[in-house]
Amino acid sequence: MNLKELYQEIILEHGKNPRNLRKTDNFTRDAKGNNPLCGDNVHIYLKLNENNKVEDISFEGNGCAISMASASIMTDLVRGKEEKEVKEIVTDFLDMIKEKDELSTQLLNEDEKTKLMCLSGVKQYPMRVKCATLSWHTLTSAMNNSQEIASTED
Amino acid sequence: MHIGKIKKEFPIFDNKVQNNDLVYLDSANSSQKPRIVIDRIYDFYSKEFSNVGRSVHYLAVAATNLYEQTRTSVQKYINASDKNEIVFTKGATEAINLVANTFGQKYLDEGDEVLITELEHHSNYVPWHFLRKSKKINIEFAEVNDQGEVTLEEIKKKITDRTKIICVTHLSNVTGAILPIKEIVSFAHSKGIPVLVDGCQGAPHLKLDMQDLDCDFYAISGHKMYGPTGIGVLYAKKKWLEDLPPYQGGGGMIREVKKKGISYGELPNKYEAGTMATAQVIAFNESIKFLEKIGIENIEKHERELLDYAVDLLGKNNSVNIIGNPKNKGGVISFTIEGIHPHDIATILDEDGVAIRAGHHCCQILHEKLGLPATARASFGVYNTKDDIDQLNKSINNCKKIFNLK
Repeated sequence: MNLKELYQEIILEHGKNPRNLRKTDNFTRDAKGNNPLCGDNVHIYLKLNENNKVEDISFEGNGCAISMASASIMTDLVRGKEEKEVKEIVTDFLDMIKEKDELSTQLLNEDEKTKLMCLSGVKQYPMRVKCATLSWHTLTSAMNNSQEIASTED
Repeated sequence: MHIGKIKKEFPIFDNKVQNNDLVYLDSANSSQKPRIVIDRIYDFYSKEFSNVGRSVHYLAVAATNLYEQTRTSVQKYINASDKNEIVFTKGATEAINLVANTFGQKYLDEGDEVLITELEHHSNYVPWHFLRKSKKINIEFAEVNDQGEVTLEEIKKKITDRTKIICVTHLSNVTGAILPIKEIVSFAHSKGIPVLVDGCQGAPHLKLDMQDLDCDFYAISGHKMYGPTGIGVLYAKKKWLEDLPPYQGGGGMIREVKKKGISYGELPNKYEAGTMATAQVIAFNESIKFLEKIGIENIEKHERELLDYAVDLLGKNNSVNIIGNPKNKGGVISFTIEGIHPHDIATILDEDGVAIRAGHHCCQILHEKLGLPATARASFGVYNTKDDIDQLNKSINNCKKIFNLK
């Protein structure tokens, strides 16, 4: 195990200064998520335009450096993407955290992929995987307009 | 009291954890087990196993005797006046559920109040919440003060003529506050109100005397007392156990079963339905013997020294904020570090072999009051040393380094 891989500079920086930590005006969809075991919580706000593109995305909540950084990076990467593109990116990220070595989506450029891969350090820390995936599960709920609170517990 | 020798009785410390010596600071969550407890389970299953209280063959009788010996040991250990005041449960949670269920059934009606405190573990809140739903009772909270304690005065303030039972923790698993149980009980009884004490953190660390405390119910967790998991104790005054209805129905708790009616068994069988955690109960006797051999006064003194040392050392560490400052405090330190989330602290400490807990410690009400979603917590056991505290402090400094804090 390697703490340096888990707490890379970019994670610490996003954790300390999360992007999009606010509430979108006139959001069209939203969802809440929580980690019942650790008490982390997140609320994702999404504004889709008439072409189903993400015009704005933001989040509120609190949690550890990993979960804040994950939400921060995620919200940055999906802005401007179409609904089905967002779903593809979410699936690709969750697959990577779960089992794959690399991201395979063509929707992100190499810089963006490198940024996301910084979160792959959690794979060595099974208890912390949930911290990295909470905002992503919550984004899925928001996309589906689900009224249920997203949870990383099965 | 020689800690080095005591520590050697715990096999867990013989092994490295991720190439580090284990610094176990999570005893408030669950304590480690001495060899005699572990061996007792193996021996019982290997040489003596039988179900208890039913068959008349040799093994059954021997096992029943062993099982009942633990009851007698617990009775003596907590100075209960009668061995039938000791009911075995699967844990302290079940002990509290037993009381909430049976007392609630018989004595609580719509509009009645159960008084608990903001310090309570979820296990001393949720079982009462069920009654809020089913019987429309109200739950009142005695508030925690700035020191992280709940005072007798605060309890007095919250008692009304609808208060039917008071349920308080003996020792907070977050702030470490030790509540003035004897005074609370004495005042409550002057108003005719019974008191349940959540003794999860009290029993492993404080001298217990049920006749002196005079509480009506006292819930104990076996696995926090160097004993096996799956075993707890409900101490209840005999008058209550005789008066209250049974909790679970099944084999072992009945006297006579007819198609038209059922009568229930005598104490203690009335509350022990089904096959109990026999091996764990029998091994729990070894935990009691272990505690008695060291002496609870010595344990209290040792943990007090560790606590003073830790509060002093961590207090000097300028980004560490210790939660609560109760006058009377047990071996629990919850803390935060400005700029680092408790989960990140726990992960980084773990890398050095330092096991602490992070989260709300099953006390969301208290954390909401404190305005903190989570805290980090170091809690002590009989095997901890000042070296462990030094390592804790060193690892905290490593957290600060990783997070670029000064």
